[in-house]
Amino acid sequence: MNKLKNNSGQQFLFLALCILFVALLFGVFTAVVYLIPDFLKESFGFAALRPLHVSSALFWIILGASGCVYSALQAITGKLIFNIKSKAQIAFWLFALLSIYYSYFTKQFGGREYWEFNPIWSLPIVIAWVLFLINFISIVRKIKNWPVYMWMWLTGIVFFLFIFLENYLWVFPYFRSHFITDMTIQWKANGSLVGAWNQILYGTAFYLMDKIENKQDVGKSKLAFATFFLGLVNLMFNWGHHVYTLPTVNYVRYVGYAVSMTEWIFFLKIFYNWKKSVSAVQKNYHHFPYRFLMMADVWVLINLSQALLMSIPAINIYTHGTHITVAHAMGTTIGINSMIILACCFEFMAPKNISLFSAKFLNLQFWVLQIGIFILWASLNLAGIKKGIWQMSNPQSTYAEMMASLKPYFIAFGLGGTIITIALFGIAFKLIQWTLKNNT
Amino acid sequence: MKIGITSVFIFLSALFLAYSFSIYLQPLSEKKVLGFNQQKAADGRLIWQKYNCQSCHQLFGLGGYLGPDLTNTISNPNKGENFMRAMIQSGIKQMPAFHIPENELTDLFEFLKSTNASGVADPRKFNTNAFGMIHHQ
Repeated sequence: MNKLKNNSGQQFLFLALCILFVALLFGVFTAVVYLIPDFLKESFGFAALRPLHVSSALFWIILGASGCVYSALQAITGKLIFNIKSKAQIAFWLFALLSIYYSYFTKQFGGREYWEFNPIWSLPIVIAWVLFLINFISIVRKIKNWPVYMWMWLTGIVFFLFIFLENYLWVFPYFRSHFITDMTIQWKANGSLVGAWNQILYGTAFYLMDKIENKQDVGKSKLAFATFFLGLVNLMFNWGHHVYTLPTVNYVRYVGYAVSMTEWIFFLKIFYNWKKSVSAVQKNYHHFPYRFLMMADVWVLINLSQALLMSIPAINIYTHGTHITVAHAMGTTIGINSMIILACCFEFMAPKNISLFSAKFLNLQFWVLQIGIFILWASLNLAGIKKGIWQMSNPQSTYAEMMASLKPYFIAFGLGGTIITIALFGIAFKLIQWTLKNNT
Repeated sequence: MKIGITSVFIFLSALFLAYSFSIYLQPLSEKKVLGFNQQKAADGRLIWQKYNCQSCHQLFGLGGYLGPDLTNTISNPNKGENFMRAMIQSGIKQMPAFHIPENELTDLFEFLKSTNASGVADPRKFNTNAFGMIHHQ
């Protein structure tokens, strides 16, 4: 059987891994600009490099999440998914990606943060997502008594669509001409979109836990459903912590504050319970998925602690607008989201018998990756603390002087990013190599 | 259990929709802020996006991290419109020189007047209340 040709799950994961290469490449270029101001200044400039990196990183997560859902559904139903809807879905994604990269390379912006491309290219993404939703519903409606991850996938897919559209309300002058409301909606959408793909990926993590354990302990547990609803409430209402300093209506800030304090707590407990219940044989048989899931758990713990602190307005005033926010964003996208997608990639793309050489190579890359993430995360936090002190100090030195004083942290940031790039390149290359080998 | 889950899901979704629309309708109850042309400011927002200013600069601490926050720069006595115009046209450090037509520059500055009129972004100008919430002084 030709795995890639007839298998939507593999296709999306494969495409996501290819986009990961682009994200990493431009991530390194973007970091270099912090150290060498003239680097690619006239050809690309930071204005093009940053969206090339950030949008690619988002596409890696979104396409990876789509691949995780399709791969899991194929395993659950025992049937390959490769119908007209999934074919059209991937075709629209390819069209969107080519158009967006063309838009960036020719500096045709016009969109907003994270989605800086010409807004017209969001249309193929919307169509692809509608097809995903239709395909998902047509597959899962035959399944009775849904485990929690089905609910989480449905929630993630539906809300991503709604919020992605909300993200473009600014095209109507009614919204755009009222700056504070416009900014509130922009960061409402940005915050909730993260919640939407987290629903898909945490759902995938629960599915993988059940698959590794070969039971349905996690997927049907009350704790998992409590986590689902807690995640849903956070998706809907916790985004207010992005706009504490914005002079928007007070209830948005208080609701965001209150809901943010409840984030993710049950998720950790589920990981802890599951870890105790997995046998040594199961850990060995699902070696890499298990390792990546466990590392996602460690990064949940680290980022949860940070997120809770940052959500307290009195502390947020020091961290807001500083690199601590970047540390948190990168810590969650690489440490949690990417770890879960990679766990899924290993479960569905890697052969069951990995050679000793490959296993050793991947183990090494795995640990190098964790070291890289830690260096990146720590350096950004230190830079953020220094900027936070600067922005609250009286009198302030100039912005340029403050940025110059952060150079040692930016060097460490560049080093961490390079280490992550080397490690992820190695891991992604191995996964792609296995997939292509399986098709020859 | 299934009915319970579905009911809670629908209830929360309805709550979310109501919450979202309460925000969408905010402009209807907003007081008109003077000191800038609202139409030109809305067009200027598009110029801000066209040149991807948000990649490096922030408004109310939201945006890029390479350059300074520009929310209130237009009213800064040491900076202001002429200073910003010079920066845009000549570039500095990582910022290249932007060749922005005059009509677009006018709209962009009108947009920055609207951000300035909407509030103060300086984090030193906030007080903390007993709940840990921050408020403008």
